[in-house]
Amino acid sequence: MMVTVKEFSKEEYLLKGHAACAGCGPAISLRLLFKALGNKIFLVVPACCTTVIQGPYPYTSFSVPLQNVLFESTAAAASGIVAALHQRNVKDITVVGWAGDGGTVDIGIQALSGAAERETDFIYICYDNEAYGNTGMQRSGATPYGAWTTTTPSGKRERKKDMPLIMAAHKIPYVATACPSYPIDFVSKLRKAKEIKGTKYIHILAPCPTGWRYDTGKTVELGRLAVQTGLWALYEIENGKFKLNPPSDRLIDKAKRKSVKEYFALQGRFRNLTEEDIDRIQKGVDEDWENYRAQTSCSASDATLHGKI
Amino acid sequence: MSRVPKTRKEMPLTPLSFPTVGSMGKTGTWRTFRPEVDYSKCTRCTLCWIYCPDAAIIRQADDSPKIDYDYCKGCGICANECPVKAITMCREEEE
Repeated sequence: MMVTVKEFSKEEYLLKGHAACAGCGPAISLRLLFKALGNKIFLVVPACCTTVIQGPYPYTSFSVPLQNVLFESTAAAASGIVAALHQRNVKDITVVGWAGDGGTVDIGIQALSGAAERETDFIYICYDNEAYGNTGMQRSGATPYGAWTTTTPSGKRERKKDMPLIMAAHKIPYVATACPSYPIDFVSKLRKAKEIKGTKYIHILAPCPTGWRYDTGKTVELGRLAVQTGLWALYEIENGKFKLNPPSDRLIDKAKRKSVKEYFALQGRFRNLTEEDIDRIQKGVDEDWENYRAQTSCSASDATLHGKI
Repeated sequence: MSRVPKTRKEMPLTPLSFPTVGSMGKTGTWRTFRPEVDYSKCTRCTLCWIYCPDAAIIRQADDSPKIDYDYCKGCGICANECPVKAITMCREEEE
């Protein structure tokens, strides 16, 4: 199915005058979510930046049904809503769990794991700004190696948790990564996920100007650089079959990937990185891509195994 | 907007928010730099419209952008992403 930007609906379900910071990556992602799925959705949102974007009570900038739930219970609450809609025989509503990286990778992982194991029919989207942005940038499990946060003032010393592959290990029908800098890829993945029955997990890299310490106008450029340097790979795992999506599929060859330095140079949070740190990160990226190459080549044989265990 | 309850008696039993344009007021007042569109350069690619985080760029019937200055926060993504550089950022107090 071919999607173009001009074909996207002019209808806006994220209303103007919301409370996101200027240049907010998650806000672009939210708009793209509504462009992909329309207003026949039910959003379940835990404590994260999106609760802030809604604005103060009794106003909200979302013109779709939305339930604010506790931090750890996004997937559990979404399971309940799926069950309620099933009981009332409502079939045209897509339930979407929309949580930040803290609410997915750290706090919400047990509820999400449980929902995936129960094969709840919903889409779970983690928008990843690589820290707890809502409370002022504290380190999360998704913060990358070397990044400054308020709780890692000299740079985080541990690597980022690979959440999409953790979800793929649950053998759910669809796992994908996306980035709002590539809107067509983003929207087609969401539309594809909507058609699939079962738990769907989509992980979005959403640059955050406030926490990453860069000029607000560079949000889309940074997302693009993250993909071009190979730090963020766009792929989908459909029924166990791993597939890199454009433009990431061309980056398997190391020479085509940009140096990670270009990505770091734009951001204040990586200002303290030493040359050794950068070498270590570059090595980590190259290792990840070796894994992607291996998975791409053997995924054909894997696909037959999937679901029989 | 007319659905927003005015008195305590009209409030529903559970906390319930109502969709409102400008839930944070006119966010255009946050702006330091103002985007200006040069329509003679614009190619109607609609990229600025899709990348605007505030939905403050209105896509008109001929696909050209119209910026809603009441709500534009002046982040500059549109100016940065425009492939033909038809959008420039000007400081608010300057002409």
